[in-house]
Amino acid sequence: MNQNYLDFEQSIADLEAKIDALRFLDSSSGVNINEEIARLKAKSRRLTQSIFSSLTAWQVSQLARHPQRPYTLDYLGRIFQDFEELHGDRLYSDDPAIVAGVARLDGLPVAVIGHQKGRDTREKVRRNFGMPRPEGYRKALRIMRLAERFRMPLITLIDTMGAYPGVGAEERGQSEAIARNLFAMAALKTPIVSAVIGEGGSGGALAIGVCDHMLMLQYATYSVISPEGCASILWKSADKAALAAEALGITAESLKRLRLIDEIVAEPLGGAHRDYDVAAHGLKEALRRAITDLVALPIDDLLTRRQLRLRQYGQFEER
Amino acid sequence: MSWFDKLLPPKIKSRGVAKKAVPEGLWSKCPACANVLYHAEIEKSVGVCPRCDYHMRISARKRLAAFLDAGDRPEIGAGLVPTDFLKFKDSKRYKDRLADAVQTTGESDALIVMKGRLQGLPLVAAAFEFAFMGGSMGSVVGERFVRGVDTCLAERLPFVCFAASGGARMQEGLTSLMQMAKTSAALTCLADQGLPFISVLTDPTMGGVSASFAMLGDVIIGEPKALIGFAGPRVIEQTVRETLPEGFQRSEFLLDHGAIDMIVHRHKLRETIARLLSIMSNRPLVDNTTNALHKDI
Repeated sequence: MNQNYLDFEQSIADLEAKIDALRFLDSSSGVNINEEIARLKAKSRRLTQSIFSSLTAWQVSQLARHPQRPYTLDYLGRIFQDFEELHGDRLYSDDPAIVAGVARLDGLPVAVIGHQKGRDTREKVRRNFGMPRPEGYRKALRIMRLAERFRMPLITLIDTMGAYPGVGAEERGQSEAIARNLFAMAALKTPIVSAVIGEGGSGGALAIGVCDHMLMLQYATYSVISPEGCASILWKSADKAALAAEALGITAESLKRLRLIDEIVAEPLGGAHRDYDVAAHGLKEALRRAITDLVALPIDDLLTRRQLRLRQYGQFEER
Repeated sequence: MSWFDKLLPPKIKSRGVAKKAVPEGLWSKCPACANVLYHAEIEKSVGVCPRCDYHMRISARKRLAAFLDAGDRPEIGAGLVPTDFLKFKDSKRYKDRLADAVQTTGESDALIVMKGRLQGLPLVAAAFEFAFMGGSMGSVVGERFVRGVDTCLAERLPFVCFAASGGARMQEGLTSLMQMAKTSAALTCLADQGLPFISVLTDPTMGGVSASFAMLGDVIIGEPKALIGFAGPRVIEQTVRETLPEGFQRSEFLLDHGAIDMIVHRHKLRETIARLLSIMSNRPLVDNTTNALHKDI
């Protein structure tokens, strides 16, 4: 099976294979091949539309983790100009699971921070599968302060399974590193726009995700715990991940309904991995709109607005 | 083998279940040294084993009763109750889990906040009820925490929080994660106003609680041998596929690695925190014998 297609896309994969086969068919067979290809392509499009119009939470979470899904660096090159990556936390190390730096967004200087997963095995290992250690969060904190000092809006791209659960990470204060960022972002004197581009994995995601405007790509997920983790704790079996995904309400649609995110960014038909340029264009427009609105606010108003925004998270009754 | 075990006839001893069972209500076994202890004795020592000094988990109300001066202790946010807004259901409904937790603890959620005094110093103190769904943080915990901070801001009081939690409450989904941001944001206001926040980490302080307000104390105190960390030991073991070093993620380990300021015995928390707050807010202490529970310790 073509690895670009997920289980639930099997019928699309079959159709696309048929189209590919036709392309190599000898044109002397008498059939009008171009017409046939156009017909099948339209059919494939309709099929994709129909499958993607009713995805389950578990299917969305497979898309969010799709091996071909665009990562932070794929977006950076397409959205920003003059990106300069900055390295290191000045305390211990440089964590490749987070990339950070300065750039321009249509001329406007901005600071950018994002989780970075690896594409091939070597890169995956180097990037620790996008799971940051404390030094990653501390590098991010350094760039947040830089953004504040030079009055640059901060843009963060979220895409991680979660903060790395390792011995060294605990020794160097994983909890403190995440907590410190939540504290810093809550009062950072510059506009912050965050976008979940793939997986929003718990505290490891939130550590760069406290913001004034929260975007989420259509097939991204954001969750308090991974569906597998939740299933193994509450159902005592990781096989129940699909059920957990549904119960946790991790899709952009559910989270928009709960008003935990502000805006859903549409992805190209079939998902962001089908067309990086189109996906990046949609994200760029959304980022630009959000930043234009936020930079217009006086900084004190912005900070009050952010405090109120964070304050209203939660649903309860009062007796 | 404890003296109690030695008294038992061999027949009873050989039956595993009977060996561990202790008569309800009167006696308890220390989880660390396995000595059988008289309940009144444990009450008096605020859950510290008189034999081996093990710090047992205690209820939020006991904690606050032992910490604050006797007298008026109005509760903050007591009227807040959780709702099952996701209609969350795993092997059990969230609604039913809540009902069970209310039944066993007598509390309406996992955090209790009170205004009171500590050796005469007015303050707000919060304590986690670990027996309520593992002290997990959902909407009510976050809101009560923030209302505690609000009271501090309005009346210029210091804030003390005793953490005991497994982390964020899964049954409230991403809303629980956002409580990390909500509580941390509230603390920026406290810091802004120059009001101290002292965070006491008790057994266990993990996950989303550890990775938010608990690690943001101006002073962070650990109780002896408390388990404190981001990822649970089992998750780490599965990830790194090796056994973890002895004492990993215990208070003493965190002190060694510079993550907390000090380890304080439960019986010394009152005087230590009073002293710290007195210095940090430059106010005199009035009295150090106003907590009945501490008179005899």
